[in-house]
Amino acid sequence: MTNFAIKLDGVGKKYRYFTLDNIQLELSPGQIMGLIGPNGAGKSTTIRILMGLIHQDHGDVRVLGHRMPAEQVAAKWDIGFASEDMRLYDAMTLDWHMRFIRSIYPQWDQTYAQLLLKRFGLRAEQKIKGFSHGQRVKATLLLVLARRPRLLVLDEPTTGLDPVARHEILRELTAVMNDEGRSILFSSHNTQDVEQISDQITFIDRGRIIDSLDKEAYLNRWRRLRLEAPLGIELPALPGIINIRQSGRLAIATANEFVPGIAAAYENSGARIQMIENMTLEEIFVAKVELSRDEHEEVGA
Amino acid sequence: MDSGILISQSDKRPIYLQIIEQIKRRIAVGDWSEGQSIPSIRQLAVDIQVSVITVKRAYLELEREGVIVTQQGRGSHVASTPGLGIRLHQEELQQHLKEAIRLSALLGIEPKELESRLREASDDIAAKERS
Repeated sequence: MTNFAIKLDGVGKKYRYFTLDNIQLELSPGQIMGLIGPNGAGKSTTIRILMGLIHQDHGDVRVLGHRMPAEQVAAKWDIGFASEDMRLYDAMTLDWHMRFIRSIYPQWDQTYAQLLLKRFGLRAEQKIKGFSHGQRVKATLLLVLARRPRLLVLDEPTTGLDPVARHEILRELTAVMNDEGRSILFSSHNTQDVEQISDQITFIDRGRIIDSLDKEAYLNRWRRLRLEAPLGIELPALPGIINIRQSGRLAIATANEFVPGIAAAYENSGARIQMIENMTLEEIFVAKVELSRDEHEEVGA
Repeated sequence: MDSGILISQSDKRPIYLQIIEQIKRRIAVGDWSEGQSIPSIRQLAVDIQVSVITVKRAYLELEREGVIVTQQGRGSHVASTPGLGIRLHQEELQQHLKEAIRLSALLGIEPKELESRLREASDDIAAKERS
């Protein structure tokens, strides 16, 4: 299958204190996928496996049609990878790095590189030694973006950046989508970034994927219902409602499979719907992780 | 073409609804006229820095409402319905009326009383404009 930019099938990796379990992932060309999860959830391990930097114990990994890790050399011509622990040479200038990358990758776009220098406010003649954290992140991304790779894999590209730098980077990432043949996979703790620019969302928690789907469909399934119920009435447990908090005459219900029938069912039980609210990805993320941990613990008990 | 669309982070509504509303407003005020071509889904996504899938959802919704027309491979344009701008203004008014009726019901205000309150409010505004 060469249709997917990325396809992981039944991928697992066991460490002493951490197991990545049965990872399934598909990213189509022309799309941005945001990978979110708490610290230590397995985001970076997943990224490293699909880059061929760590070898999976089992499962099939294909990136741009290449089997990983076996065909990683061929695959990497068209992948731009950036992660926090990538080091630039402190003693060298940014221009030296640019010439170095340009000498390896023939598709390097010097005009775009110059434009990015300006947009990111970087000086090519400056040594990396004098760069701030934000400038280093931007320099690393510049080196990757100017190659115009078909696939960008970015581990936490906006972590530790100020709001202006974050926007500069998000702008360049969305600009990549002008070309329908290119794709991006990025991990982030910043759910707002993910909510804004991703087409696909993948949640990872404790080494397992707990959701991976179309962002709009996903956001659309979750709702918060604010209800007013007379004292003494117990609101029914409804399918699609994962949590209900009743206090006095007011109650808040959280739906992860919202359908209008839920509101009707509450009204039939004597409650009045005050408001039905959409939830942000961050709210969904927290609710989802809590729910999935509860379920997991019940099964385990 | 600058879409002039701005996504607000303090707006609690989903991004696709904000896009729908701002496109309707552009048409209602006459900036985008009937039959005029508008940015493609991908162009708008890049322009306002949101995901393609979000803009696609907004466009699908606008198409279902008969506000825009999208043709495979030929981009999107404002529907060539005469009086579309006025219709969008009418719909907005209808929304506000519905909201007023909903709030009145919560306060136990009868339709007759709502009518007279509306008349008072409109007299008030007229008086202020005269002075």
